Amino acid sequence: MPTLLIILAGMFLLLQLAPGDTVDALIAQMGGGGDAKLAEDLRRFYGLDLSIPAQLGNYLWRLIRFDLGFSAIYGKPVSTVIFERLPATLALMTAALSFAFFVGLVLGVIAAKRVNGWPDTVISTLGLIFYATPSFWFGLMAIVFFSVHLQWLPAGGFEDVASGLTGFARLRDIAAHLVLPTLTLGLIFLAIYLRIMRASMLEVLTLDFVRTARAKGLDETRVMLRHVLRNAMLPMVTLIGLQAGTMLGGSVVVESVFSLPGLGRLAYEAVVQRDLNTLLGIVFISALLVIFVNFLVDLLYARLDPRIGTGGAP
Amino acid sequence: MDMNRRALLLTSAALAANVVAPEAAFAQEQPRRGGIMTVHFPTEQRILNPSLQASTGVYIVGGKIQEPLVDLDAAGNPAPCLAESWEAAPDGKTITFKLRQGVTWHDGRPFTSADVQFTAMEMWKKILNYGTTLQLFLDAVDTPDAHTAIFRYSRPMPLNLLLRALPDLGYISAKHVYEGTDIRQNPANTAPMGTGPFRFVQYERGQFIIADRNPNYWRNNMPYLDRVVWRVVSDRSAAAAQMESGQLLFSAFSALSIADFTRLGRDPRFEVTTRGNEGNARTNTLEFNFRNPILADIRVRRAIAHALDIPFFIENFLGPFAKVGTGPIPTTSPDFYPANMPQYPFNRPQANRLLDEAGHRRGAGGVRFNLRLNPAPWGEDIALWSTFIQQSLNEVGIRVEIVRLDAAGFLRTVYNDWNFDLATGWHQYRNDPAVSTTVWYRSGQNKGAPWTNQWGWTDAETDRLIDAAATELDPARRKALYADFVRRANTELPLWMPIEQIFVSVINRRLRNHSNTPRWASSSWHDLWLAS
Repeated sequence: MPTLLIILAGMFLLLQLAPGDTVDALIAQMGGGGDAKLAEDLRRFYGLDLSIPAQLGNYLWRLIRFDLGFSAIYGKPVSTVIFERLPATLALMTAALSFAFFVGLVLGVIAAKRVNGWPDTVISTLGLIFYATPSFWFGLMAIVFFSVHLQWLPAGGFEDVASGLTGFARLRDIAAHLVLPTLTLGLIFLAIYLRIMRASMLEVLTLDFVRTARAKGLDETRVMLRHVLRNAMLPMVTLIGLQAGTMLGGSVVVESVFSLPGLGRLAYEAVVQRDLNTLLGIVFISALLVIFVNFLVDLLYARLDPRIGTGGAP
Repeated sequence: MDMNRRALLLTSAALAANVVAPEAAFAQEQPRRGGIMTVHFPTEQRILNPSLQASTGVYIVGGKIQEPLVDLDAAGNPAPCLAESWEAAPDGKTITFKLRQGVTWHDGRPFTSADVQFTAMEMWKKILNYGTTLQLFLDAVDTPDAHTAIFRYSRPMPLNLLLRALPDLGYISAKHVYEGTDIRQNPANTAPMGTGPFRFVQYERGQFIIADRNPNYWRNNMPYLDRVVWRVVSDRSAAAAQMESGQLLFSAFSALSIADFTRLGRDPRFEVTTRGNEGNARTNTLEFNFRNPILADIRVRRAIAHALDIPFFIENFLGPFAKVGTGPIPTTSPDFYPANMPQYPFNRPQANRLLDEAGHRRGAGGVRFNLRLNPAPWGEDIALWSTFIQQSLNEVGIRVEIVRLDAAGFLRTVYNDWNFDLATGWHQYRNDPAVSTTVWYRSGQNKGAPWTNQWGWTDAETDRLIDAAATELDPARRKALYADFVRRANTELPLWMPIEQIFVSVINRRLRNHSNTPRWASSSWHDLWLAS
């Protein structure tokens, strides 16, 4: 909790350092023509006529009552604005993370099994390419190839609103819209998981208990799945806990390129438009989600490694 | 460089050919009913009601749902919309509008003069940007009957000025929706209700806006389209890809990259044109801060203007959609455009001579002095233009540091804190110099009001000309006053407007009846239809 408070207050003060406020941003959108009274009215309307400590105090006092305030850009409560964006962010994040995790795991295992053989070389090279390529370029190229040339997948958006689909057809439509962004966002993470999995497998393979398992006469598949993989998974799970937080903040780049209504674009928009309430709201909600995900990861540790207990004497 | 120039010239030829072709071929077609129009919506707006905010981002949506009293016809002349006719008293202080009968709001209630009175007094006069200035001397709107609205002014209001301003600044809102509420917080601001050909359905933030055909529209059997969908696409390249994949059919107001205009212009599926945007001319500015004593010297300002090779810049960076500008009133405004005004053609020796005369000799490394340049963050052309200024001025010994800020930061730093030497952005010309042009030159602007005279420059003669023209009722005398104003502005050079541009539209060729008025992208699209 104190960390959260420091982060929120820090963000608040940091944004004060940026020149201009949300009324300047609004007037930029209007294209001018406002007289002094108009700007003054607007500043009062957005609560910007108060001193900075008073504004911060107001904000924290509202937060204690679980009121995230009113979004200047969208004219709605911040909580509504954020919850509107959450489905797209969660769908994209879950899809990209699962894709990266499972494909990375499989490729990592294959690479470790054939270490220094040609599959290892191919997989490691691919991993390096994915990691080194900027995601906006990947995204745009994927759009040009799959949407513009082949016309297989939609070029952007979360769903096809014009046709008014419902039920299962709508889910299919949303899934089709998420394929390219998932791949784009997932490839970078895939590269990381692949490397970690490979290294971790190689390490575990040299340990004594693996030799013991083999000496017991267990077949290779069983050794791999039950003994090596399970132990090699621990760093992977740690990583997921860390990266879930990164991904929750959304990816401004991928969301912009694919026009997805996610939290990343909302945060970017909030900064550009100096919409303090929305930005702080996003920070707050993301922090809560990260804490929640890390809690889940801790539980998962206990499942994977019985030595990590829930406390108490061994 | 040479190769690029040739490629660009070929492209301009191809674009010109594209612009001419379609109308002739499709003129005889029968309009087809139905279809969904999908529109590029690059920046989300806080308000969609054009009676409360005058900007292209609002018109592109709200202009299909609400309607103004007066619109522009194909030739750019005021044409009846919600007002059927108008008449000004000889003293210019009373203007009477006869309103269209049988028009209903989307909720079924009748449209009456009470709506006009409420919108004019509570929105245009108090909240609408540019409206507050235009209607400053509006005392009252009388409503002798349900279809007559009489505007009473305390100073003469030139009828032509009002009629040219109203297509943008004359949108009507429903009194029964707004009366007795806090207008700024009214939910109808983002769910607009009007009399227009399309009815608002849904606004999903960050994704889309939907409006459906209004079956009770007052123009019989219109509109042709079933639905309009605006898709929020903030990334320029992504928007171009969506145009190509057919997910978007129209992108207005130069919202794609200059490279994509050239590329899509070569593609037979699209028309890339400035047609339909003639009412939205803009000029690129070069603004001087007179608080810097170096720039307060007229010789330095003239030297800077002479140091810029505008035709070279346009040919190599902006392509066929820009032309050399001549001052505050663009050539697209024949009613006011004055010919033969003082100009500053590219002349580097002259620039060097003027700087020497002003006492700024070249020092170490050939540098005379340093300046900061603040470019506005909107528009790719401004970024290119600011780099071009930097390099051009370097040639005459002025070292320029470019200070890039985002929109809020730029407005605050330049127009409120006056913390700049040079600034550059767009001046938008809105069909009459009195709407949004003379404020760039008139002294006595409120500190912090963007796109106004914040240069620390005051000129009594300029102020006199601007004030006289604003209330002059005779069109010929008014034009002459504005010619004198431009001559004065170009001579004193408080800021320089050397490039003239019109917004570029990218249009899928399935669209018919498009770009047929000078403010088509903002207009109601009642006659727009989609070929199969």
